[in-house]
Formats: sequence, structure tokens, C-alpha cells
Amino acid sequence: MSAEVSVSIERDADIVTARHEGRQLAAAAGFSSADQTIIALAISEITRNIVSYAQCGKLTLSRMDEGGRRGILIVAQDDGPGIPDIDLAMRDGYSTAGSLGVGLPGARRVMDEFELVSAPGKGTTVTMKKWLR
Amino acid sequence: MSVPILKQGDVLIASIQAALSDRELAQLHDAFAEQVGRFRSRGVIIDVTALDVLDSFATRTLRSIAYTAKLRGANAVVVGIQPDVAFAMVQLGLSLEGVATALDLEEGLAYIRDVAKRGGQRVR
Repeated sequence: MSAEVSVSIERDADIVTARHEGRQLAAAAGFSSADQTIIALAISEITRNIVSYAQCGKLTLSRMDEGGRRGILIVAQDDGPGIPDIDLAMRDGYSTAGSLGVGLPGARRVMDEFELVSAPGKGTTVTMKKWLR
Repeated sequence: MSVPILKQGDVLIASIQAALSDRELAQLHDAFAEQVGRFRSRGVIIDVTALDVLDSFATRTLRSIAYTAKLRGANAVVVGIQPDVAFAMVQLGLSLEGVATALDLEEGLAYIRDVAKRGGQRVR
């Protein structure tokens, strides 16, 4: 079984593919059905950010095994315009795309680790981890 | 893939059978807005039993379908949200505030009839 899955994100239909792949990998890694759904939902939000703001990017999913601790690593990367104010972007209800503004802060809430690296003109990378309990 | 909307008397029913892209969800929204007027519907039911995720876009679209239907004189109800889906929505902070929900299609139909009866309307 391949340890890494990559999905290129260019249009809204790719979001569906991305969360399907995420659910498959989470299931293979041993996550409960509830956690698989949470992982799929978080993937949906961060990949939609790519489609809404950057047009194209990539999602990479892999399984982690660090000293007996197992989990899933999710990286969403794009070369879009970047986020000028990350604190503002992570605030509940803030959006410049006419959406609800719950995607990024919501994804951070449901993941064990969440990191957003971005700068204007330098693209955005969201790295999320969820560990098996 | 577009979602077929079935007409049963005064009620429009869309049973979503597979994961939808944002565009397909938006199409469903527009189809409902148009058909509520064309068929003079009193109720709208969106069955999401087959969906394994409801994200922020889906949530927003369902709310918009329900509010639009309401402004056009029809009551909307979302039915069939699965337990894991509901749990994930709560964890992420998504809600369907102001939108009626029911366990399944049968309960959804009963809800629409009930609301109509209280409002003095007859639903066929």
C-alpha cells in the first residue's frame, strides 16, 4: 500500500476527490468512522481555500508513524497570492470570499496539530496532523 | 451529475445520491428556487442521507435553499444527516441555524404537513 497520496486541486470537483482520498487513507490508518468524517471535513475546508483563493495547488496525504505514535499528515500547498494577515484569516467568521469564514479556524479546532505558513506573493501551506487515539 | 427533483403533490423532494461538487450544489439551489414558483410548492425536502460530509459550503447552500424557499412561500426541511456527519459539523462549528431538520424522509414529510396544517394551508 502506498504511504503517500497526492491530489492536484484545480477546481471544485477536486475537493470531492481530495476528501474521498482523505477518508480512504484515514480508514486504512485505523481511524474511527467519526474521525474519518472529521478528517474529510477538514480536508474539504482547506482544499476549498485553494480553489477560492489560489485557483490551483496540491494536497498531499500520508500516514505517520513516529515512535509508535500513528496518525495522518495532511499538507495543502498552493502558489497563490498568500495571506497578508494570518491572525485575521484564522478568526471565526472572517472571509474575503463571501463564505462563512469557518473553514480554517474550524479545521484547526478539529485537528491535533495545525500550522499555516503564508506570505503575500509566496503562496500558502497548511499542515495538519491527527493522531490515532 | 445533477440531482433530480421529484414533485409529490405540493412538495418538492431532492434526494442527493452522491457527493456533490460546489457547482452541483449551487445548481440544486437554483433549480429549487425556480421550481418552487413553477409548481406552486408548499414544501421542499432535501435528503442528504447519502452524503458522508457536510462542509461549510454545503451548509451555507442548504441554508440558502431553505431561506429562499421560505421567501417564496414554501417550508424547507433537511433530512437524513448521518450521526458522524452531525458530529463532525458540531466539532468544526458548522450549523444549520434557522433550518428545519428531520431524521428521515418520512419525518420530513410529516413536518411539512404539520407546519402547513398549523398555518391553515392544505398540502396535497
